[in-house]
Amino acid sequence: MPVERIKERYPSKVGEVVLGATAAEGGTRAHRVKVGGDSTLPFLHFEGEMPNRPVIAMEVQDVVPEWNPVFTAPIRDVMGDPAAWAQKCVEEFGADLVYLKLAGADPEKQDHSPDHCAGTLRKVLEAVKVPLIVTGCGVEDKDDAVMPVIAEAGAGENLLLGTATQDHYKTLTAACMVHKHNIIALSPIDINICKQLNILISEMNLALDRIVIDPSVGALGYGIEYTYSIMERIRLGALQGDRMLSMPVLCTVGYEVGRVKEASAGADEFPSWGELADRAVLWEAMTASCFLQAGGHIFVLRHPGSVRLLRRQIDGLMAGN
Amino acid sequence: MILIGERINGMFRDVARAIRARDPEPIRQLARLQEAAGADYLDVNVGPTAAEPVEAMQWLVRVVQEASDLPLCLDSTNYDAIAAGLELARKPAVINSVYADRPRIERAFPMARKHGAKLIGLCMDAKGIPKNSENRLALAMELVAAAAEYDFPLEDLWIDPLILPVNVAQDHGPEVLETLRQVKILSDPPPKTVIGLSNASQKCVNRSLVDRTFMAMAMCCGLDAAIVNVNDEELMATIATARIILNQDVYADSYLKVFKKRG
Repeated sequence: MPVERIKERYPSKVGEVVLGATAAEGGTRAHRVKVGGDSTLPFLHFEGEMPNRPVIAMEVQDVVPEWNPVFTAPIRDVMGDPAAWAQKCVEEFGADLVYLKLAGADPEKQDHSPDHCAGTLRKVLEAVKVPLIVTGCGVEDKDDAVMPVIAEAGAGENLLLGTATQDHYKTLTAACMVHKHNIIALSPIDINICKQLNILISEMNLALDRIVIDPSVGALGYGIEYTYSIMERIRLGALQGDRMLSMPVLCTVGYEVGRVKEASAGADEFPSWGELADRAVLWEAMTASCFLQAGGHIFVLRHPGSVRLLRRQIDGLMAGN
Repeated sequence: MILIGERINGMFRDVARAIRARDPEPIRQLARLQEAAGADYLDVNVGPTAAEPVEAMQWLVRVVQEASDLPLCLDSTNYDAIAAGLELARKPAVINSVYADRPRIERAFPMARKHGAKLIGLCMDAKGIPKNSENRLALAMELVAAAAEYDFPLEDLWIDPLILPVNVAQDHGPEVLETLRQVKILSDPPPKTVIGLSNASQKCVNRSLVDRTFMAMAMCCGLDAAIVNVNDEELMATIATARIILNQDVYADSYLKVFKKRG
């Protein structure tokens, strides 16, 4: 008996965001990266289009990171040199994008000046030719001083800049407007705040196709199902035509996994958990895998091992496209 | 919710005057105002007094399309006027309307099919509007059967249960709401439902309040479309809020602001 394939037809689709700019567009990137554009739920190729592959960004910091040894081992020779680190991520580990976190701007850490941060950006832009994501240190006042300088230094490069929140979005939005960059809109696993922030940013006249949603992801074992269902609702909203939920989604998987003990405690502490070296990589890969299927578009990872695993999974899931 | 702007109708004095004088600017202005307020379609009705309804409809359709890209809802009891409007419409239109009466069915369905138009089907026949929901549904069923007969897509048939003014026909209110619910089980896929909202408040005080209260109740009964005054801000706010309560839109603090820019 033939089985009828039930297909949903949606009135709309996820918006497309373009990152990076080649010489033709006024930048210095070797190519641009497009994300989004999906007209169905993740990987339902029989039902709709998924014109752009999900992409992997690798996190690079401007300081020696406080990560556990499993995550620092592959980058031990380049830590402290963001340009060399970025280069290794792209050339050796195959990252589609570099996610540069200016952690050193934190007044409690190195308290790097805005000009120092801009210098770091220039070095990374020279070292790699993939599009860049740049985020501040997370201290709001300092980021307000740093990010406009970063936006100016990266003018023409069509960067993705972070991070805007509901209570703190105006300075970064204005910087993205003036220097033609894209913005990361972060909400705390809350679809209502996610939508509200997109409205607030678009009311400042930043185009909707310059916004990327960061819904706050959690790590495997830490309420991952909440983010999964939020991402699902964001996608369904986009497909139903809610323009304020129609942006591609970024998942800071490496950061979340770096915070949980399952990816940092050794086998001496929890013998039944097995060796940390394998477990930490698998934890990052499994977390990313979950959000890949929930509809994520940009994955920020730390370990080349999980980058490999996730890329293999993307290959498999895109094969039917 | 599909919103059809009601304002370009010869029943309104300013529109009747503009049609008589063939003065395009007031019409263009109304088209632009309704588009800006969030209309999905613009109702176009030359009114009962137009001397040359066909020619008046042609003029009105041309003028409206100069000012707005929205699709039209061609509203007339004169099918020659509707046919003339369909010829000029740039986008698939809605025909407003047909009712359960053979001669009208035989003209309207083939015309709608030919132009890929949607069709509003009124729950009435030559004898008038039924008093209760059962008889309204029987007439709706006749229209559903006609759709099948003419191979017309059921989701393009929009059933209007016909609201009557609450100050003279109060007992019809619950019957209309019940009809909206029941229409959805007449067929699979079901027809859409539509109401001409401002009929509810004819000659009432507090017209806007009556309209928006009826609207929220009708939405709760599954209403798909309505012919309304899209420039009534309280009404639009009520529709936006009802969509939130019915979980049809995701809540955000600024949901009222973005409702008009939806779609």
